[in-house]
Amino acid sequence: MPTRKENSKDLIDLLRRMWLIRAFEEKVSALYAERQIVGLLHLGIGQEAVAVGTCSLLRPDDYVFGGHRSHGHALAKGADVNRLMAEIAGRATGYCGGKGGSMHIVALEAGFVTATGVVGGTIPLALGAAFAAKEKKQGQVAVVFFGDGAGQAGPFHESLNIASLWRLPVIFVCENNGYAEFTPLSAHTKVERLAQHAKTYDISSSTVDGNDLLAVRTAISKALGKTRAGTGPVFVECLTHRLRGHYEGDPAKYRELSQLTQWKSKDPVARFTRLLKSKKAITDNELQAIESEARSRAEQAAEFSLSSPWPAEEEVATQVTADLP
Amino acid sequence: MPEQTYLEAIRAGLHEEMSRDSSVYVLGEDVALGGPFGVTKGLSEGFGVHRVVNTPISEGTVMGLAIGAATAGLRPVVEIMFIDFITLAMDQLVNHAAKLHYMSGGQLKIPLTVRVQCGISGAMGAHHSQSLESWLAHVPGLKVVMPSNPADAKGLLKAAIRDDNPVIFIEHRGLYRTRGKVPDGDHLVPIGRAAVLREGKQVTIVALANTVGVALAAADELAGGGISTEVIDPRSISPLDVETIVESVKKTSRMIIVHEAVEKGGIGAEITATVQEHALYYLDAPILRIAAPFAPVPASPSLEKQFLPNQACIVKAVRKLFG
Ligand SMILES: Cc1ncc(C[n+]2csc(CCOP(=O)(O)OP(=O)(O)O)c2C)c(N)n1
Repeated sequence: MPTRKENSKDLIDLLRRMWLIRAFEEKVSALYAERQIVGLLHLGIGQEAVAVGTCSLLRPDDYVFGGHRSHGHALAKGADVNRLMAEIAGRATGYCGGKGGSMHIVALEAGFVTATGVVGGTIPLALGAAFAAKEKKQGQVAVVFFGDGAGQAGPFHESLNIASLWRLPVIFVCENNGYAEFTPLSAHTKVERLAQHAKTYDISSSTVDGNDLLAVRTAISKALGKTRAGTGPVFVECLTHRLRGHYEGDPAKYRELSQLTQWKSKDPVARFTRLLKSKKAITDNELQAIESEARSRAEQAAEFSLSSPWPAEEEVATQVTADLP
Repeated sequence: MPEQTYLEAIRAGLHEEMSRDSSVYVLGEDVALGGPFGVTKGLSEGFGVHRVVNTPISEGTVMGLAIGAATAGLRPVVEIMFIDFITLAMDQLVNHAAKLHYMSGGQLKIPLTVRVQCGISGAMGAHHSQSLESWLAHVPGLKVVMPSNPADAKGLLKAAIRDDNPVIFIEHRGLYRTRGKVPDGDHLVPIGRAAVLREGKQVTIVALANTVGVALAAADELAGGGISTEVIDPRSISPLDVETIVESVKKTSRMIIVHEAVEKGGIGAEITATVQEHALYYLDAPILRIAAPFAPVPASPSLEKQFLPNQACIVKAVRKLFG
């Protein structure tokens, strides 16, 4: 349960944010199936509660870093729907003018500093933003999202050590979705709960149900309390599952159907909806309006993107360095 | 103009930039204690250990941290103790520092300086003697400079720190104790501009870092034999000052490139290809490279000596060009 009493308006707003991400990614998936969007796409459908539960508590000037599965993180931090989808579609109107793409989103105006195509690669970057924030004393924190697969990478361990040593205001959000590509966590490490590593480095940590929006919010809210107070980093492990394949087009044969069914029953959007209904915090009409508004925003983003121009040819080798021409 | 050693000039450059701009931070192993060569000696006393930061031995993560700090408004200077260990930070340098400006469509800037020491000297063997500059120069988005004297060391370092891009500043440890005049005041050397250190008419020698001194000595010797030699120090290998080199070759019609890195795939290959594109018909002889053999750097002092390009081989190669 959240630390402060949430009123229904706040709760409905959280649902709205999750729906926006869900509708956005379902639209991206549909466009990919039609070959209107190409590339290597990793969707976070099923993991929206982590993104929204975390980013809904952040300040606009807090720094967020993501990975290869980060459309939802950027949206949750406030990235513009149109510019984000246009970027994924490789258009000139995208956040990065089409030079970044799905795995390298940067939406600086929203405080989404960068994603990366290198697993674990942004964990050190978040430390750097936290280091700068600490030096500037403006109270910002840095948050980095990464998967369980990153937990066996060197930079992960080096980063936990340094963040702890220097008491950096960084929150590590590990989305433990049980798989790295096609391989279950148990085949990559004997360490079942990645929060265990935080203990090694003397970092305060918790493991929560990542499909329970309010549980994520509670953990992040506590983490922010500590981090903003200057006591150093916090590690939050969110147990979750992706409902799509590793990438669009992955038939995910490595996953038992029963497992998928079980996780579908814990779909964070449906689950939070049930909670709101049981609390009588939302009506069926309101629910429908939220879903259709999200879907229409995704449709509009698709129209905007597909009607946007491709980047101009000469853009291929501009902005290689930050020099004035 | 006061005389300084190469090492003192670098230290003075760091000191001046840290005084001028409070967003400049120095990070690296033992830097707050002066570092193994003493370059950062005294800095932590002047600026505090919060700006001259000792790091654990985590090159990759420290590099990433510096890149992240650069996205958030700092101008970090990271020291990598030996260029051999930049291998551990290559992921962050190549995938993030070099590309974030481009991949973000210009939203992000990475004003990062990486000070790294290289060079063959002191029989330190294969893990403390490499020359990896051409790896770095191959990556779009990274600038790479290699000063050969105290004045350039100071001026290029200050320019690197003020640059809004990642700049790899390669220091040659064989030069740390060499002395030279360093201009007073706010001395800056623009990145991407070569220096013609000796003018000549019949052959151009392009040399890097420690080999510049060797090339100048060879030029003296050749002058005794009646061969007029021009010596160019590119100073920056990315961007490379193609114009200065090409103009020189058009004048002299002969060129030799000298570096400590292995010949195969070295920066000499890039210079050769560029010069033939722009000045093939001016050439009276093939372009020669004098560089290390395609082997790791040996530890034995006698083999190390053999490994290095020396004055005698430069003189011999130039004479060969004249038939
Ligand atoms: C350094 C690196 N190695 C390998 C890959 C290929 N790869 C892409 S995603 C992935 C699995 C990542 O798993 P996890 O970190 O758990 O994130 P998830 O995909 O589950 O969100 C791998 C191995 C990569 N992108 N980067």
